[in-house]
Amino acid sequence: MIVAERKPVSEIRDLIAPHDRVLFLGCGTCVTVCMAGGAREVSLMAAVVRMAAELGGRTGLVIEEATVERQCEILFLDPIAEQAAGYDAICSFGCGAGVQHVAARLPQTPVHPGLDTQFLGVLEGDGVWAERCAGCGSCRLAEFSGLCPIARCAKRLLNGPCGGSQVGRCEIDPALPCAWQLIYERARAVGALDRLQGVAEVQEWGKALDGGPRRVVRGDQSIADLRR
Amino acid sequence: MSDRHQGAPSTAGWDPVIVAFASHYCAYAAADLAGVLRLQCSPNVRVIRMPCTGKVESIYIVRAFEKGADGVIVAGCLEGGCHHVEGNLRARRRVERVQALLGEIGIESERLGMYDLSSAQGTRFAEIVNEMNDRVAKLGPSPLRVARQRVEPRVVAVAATKGDPP
Repeated sequence: MIVAERKPVSEIRDLIAPHDRVLFLGCGTCVTVCMAGGAREVSLMAAVVRMAAELGGRTGLVIEEATVERQCEILFLDPIAEQAAGYDAICSFGCGAGVQHVAARLPQTPVHPGLDTQFLGVLEGDGVWAERCAGCGSCRLAEFSGLCPIARCAKRLLNGPCGGSQVGRCEIDPALPCAWQLIYERARAVGALDRLQGVAEVQEWGKALDGGPRRVVRGDQSIADLRR
Repeated sequence: MSDRHQGAPSTAGWDPVIVAFASHYCAYAAADLAGVLRLQCSPNVRVIRMPCTGKVESIYIVRAFEKGADGVIVAGCLEGGCHHVEGNLRARRRVERVQALLGEIGIESERLGMYDLSSAQGTRFAEIVNEMNDRVAKLGPSPLRVARQRVEPRVVAVAATKGDPP
């Protein structure tokens, strides 16, 4: 899932300061399950930001709430577009993609972000989300027994570990497991140590964000060009 | 005292409004017992019976403050004795989170308290209520109440909210 964290209340309050009627728009997918921008969180933040504004002497601010299934699909935004005329601005509690898609659907309405989008990750334990995928565009998980050194090694080493690996922990943070220790242990457990014998080739970073914004095209999903 | 309180309207005649979310199996039963025992409890506490403190969503607490409460009590079963096993532990974490949120916007986190008690502790319920009442009386009216009175002296606690939490 895409993992995000809410912005500080003061930042959201300041973002919406120029507006009188604001819609706080949640997203029902990734940010709902990482407890950052679903209906519950939006409801809570709307109440807290309303109070923060009042405490700052602000009057007349109206914040209403709505949550759509997915902000990253335009069809789900149609009902919001119908309501948008009633608001001066929208504060989106979707990920960065959601914020931009809402803005694209509503060209005349200011759209502000309510979250800081973090990473692609997993739920590691109760209330703990951890990064697992860097979206590099050229997956090498097969070479590393299913653990990604790009997302999980602090140095992104494809030929690790480095000298900072101490008793299975990373030198940048003792709470962080050394990704290369994990790769070695898993390779041993699945009988794939031989895969680590060679030198891993350089990553093709042109397929990552370094190569510019990316796009995935599936021709079979569109019949627009077949319509008469 | 914060700047917000300086020059605040007079608190003469002000009685704190305290909302208590009490779990059905323990705290609410204790409140009932306190009544049966004819114990002195501050009359300005509004008790809301919950099936379990685990049902107390963060928004319920925040909404109470938004609607004008000066203090909020969340009272559940003793730890280890929750009728729904761990509802009171979840409530404790939510209370801690809401305390942090209140602090972030300038409302004293002490205005919100989590308490554990059994259904036999009617005396303890009366103590908790009186303790929170004293604490809130010392803190003074909620900063939100003060801010609203400054804007519209006659309006004490009106919040524009729409819809119920999910």
